[in-house]
Amino acid sequence: MNNIDALKELLYKMADDQLILGHRNSEWNGLGPILEEDIAFSSMAQDKMGQSEHLYNLLNQLGEADADTVAFTRNAPQFHCSHLVELPIGGYDFSLIRHFLFDFAEYLRFEALKTSAYQPLAQVAKKFFGEVKYHTMHANTWVYQLGHGNEESNSKMQESLNFAWNYALGMFEPGPAEEMLINENIFIGEEALQAKWLEVVIPLLEKSNLVIPEQSSWAPIYGGRIGNHTAHLQPLLSEMTEVYSIDPSADW
Amino acid sequence: MYGNAYIDPNEKFSSEEETPELLAAFQARIDAGEKIEPQDWMPAMYRKQLIRMIEQHAHSEIIGSLPEGTWITRAPGFRRKLALMAKVQDEVGHAQLLYSAAETLGKSREDMMNDLITGKSKYSNIFNYPALTWADSAVIAWLVDAGAIVNQLANSKGSYGPYCRALERICYEESFHLKYGHDNVVHLATGTKKQREMVQAAMTRWWTPLMHFFGPSDKASVHSDTLMRWKVKMASNDAMRQQFMDMYIPKIWDLGLTLPDPLLKKNTETGLWDYTEPDWEEFKRVINGDGPCNAERLAVRRMAEENGKWVARAINNEEAEHVRPFA
Repeated sequence: MNNIDALKELLYKMADDQLILGHRNSEWNGLGPILEEDIAFSSMAQDKMGQSEHLYNLLNQLGEADADTVAFTRNAPQFHCSHLVELPIGGYDFSLIRHFLFDFAEYLRFEALKTSAYQPLAQVAKKFFGEVKYHTMHANTWVYQLGHGNEESNSKMQESLNFAWNYALGMFEPGPAEEMLINENIFIGEEALQAKWLEVVIPLLEKSNLVIPEQSSWAPIYGGRIGNHTAHLQPLLSEMTEVYSIDPSADW
Repeated sequence: MYGNAYIDPNEKFSSEEETPELLAAFQARIDAGEKIEPQDWMPAMYRKQLIRMIEQHAHSEIIGSLPEGTWITRAPGFRRKLALMAKVQDEVGHAQLLYSAAETLGKSREDMMNDLITGKSKYSNIFNYPALTWADSAVIAWLVDAGAIVNQLANSKGSYGPYCRALERICYEESFHLKYGHDNVVHLATGTKKQREMVQAAMTRWWTPLMHFFGPSDKASVHSDTLMRWKVKMASNDAMRQQFMDMYIPKIWDLGLTLPDPLLKKNTETGLWDYTEPDWEEFKRVINGDGPCNAERLAVRRMAEENGKWVARAINNEEAEHVRPFA
């Protein structure tokens, strides 16, 4: 694996995470718990979708197919997304906790990538960082509010946090060629990113009256980055490509 | 946007209070083109009709997000997917804006939502029809939104300030929806054989609901006169239907698409469109609950309300010490 392949691997996992979670969050359209949240989730889903397209365009510059082809013609084993983003939207409590855990990771990822030695990525990271900052503010406001709201909301949020935690740790599945990216100052690596993420999210969750799962129970759920996925991903992709696949050569 | 203007919904408006002098002064303000604001005096019937109208409009936006929303997860390609997400989001935003406008007249959003899910309040009949294919979502985005613009542009010249201001913004956004829908239909109508067949079938399916969209001929409507004098209703159903036909039938035909009405033609003598009256019995049946999707639409809305209740309970918990503003 040369450094271009290592870079592609990094871009694919980021783009696929954004695409699949953007898709999932768009499922809230018209069904949000209150109108304001319906609208907010849609905005953030649109940002994610737009960011994934941007990252696929960077891949296109590195010789991969165009964004639509890459997003709308691959099957599950060819995707590099983490299991966390594939899971169904569940209740609003789960979707909100996932949004919190994922977007803080993205925020820190883009912050680190702002100084990446790979200039095209550094440039988009600066732009995305500005967008994701608002997503983290949204996530934290709501997690705080519902963590403190009443017994019912606290217990729902706690259950969802317990369920999501090991999936969230799975976001930081180390890549096979990460050393190369670290040595060339392209990316800080998943281990360093996870450490930063834990430093940020643990105090915020505790302030929100939520309990972090016992460290002895931490067991990151890996596999997504190498094409092993949950049973939820292929049905999502089949639905997503239903119209496109009627005629992939047609202009839609 | 429309805060600080709540009116006690239990306030009594008896007919004795509505003296001829008050009514005449009210009418004079409207005739002079003034806007009526939430704190102003208004006849009970004016308030009631406006609540009914704005509330139905708000419900139409939120229910209307469902048939198109189901296509977000299946939209072909980034361009369409992003545009459709933004469009449906706009519709939910319109609902929010309109519920706020209706609240200035004294009915809470919660009460309106309850009346929607119990079937007490209506919404636009057109959303009780299914969007069977991607092409249906394109036809909806183009022509249902076009119809809505004809209707809303007229109403934005009405007399109630908060509603007019909401409508101005809504029309501005809807005009982008129309462009998106038109572009989408053009791509299908000029695309592959399969795409052309899809869009023709959708156009045929949606023609009757589109003709129903503006409502039955006004001759049959009893309240129209007073409502028009008060500038609650700004144009007759027939006038709006004719305007819509004038603007869009030529564009539909230009794309090589046909419409399922052999009588359809512009009458050179009257300057109006001749057409076959759509089945108004079907319209009544659907509006009274017996359409292809009435039950499904309300069930989905009811589910969303039920599933979201715990969130409302938590953020409205008066004992919570940690409630803080969202922004």
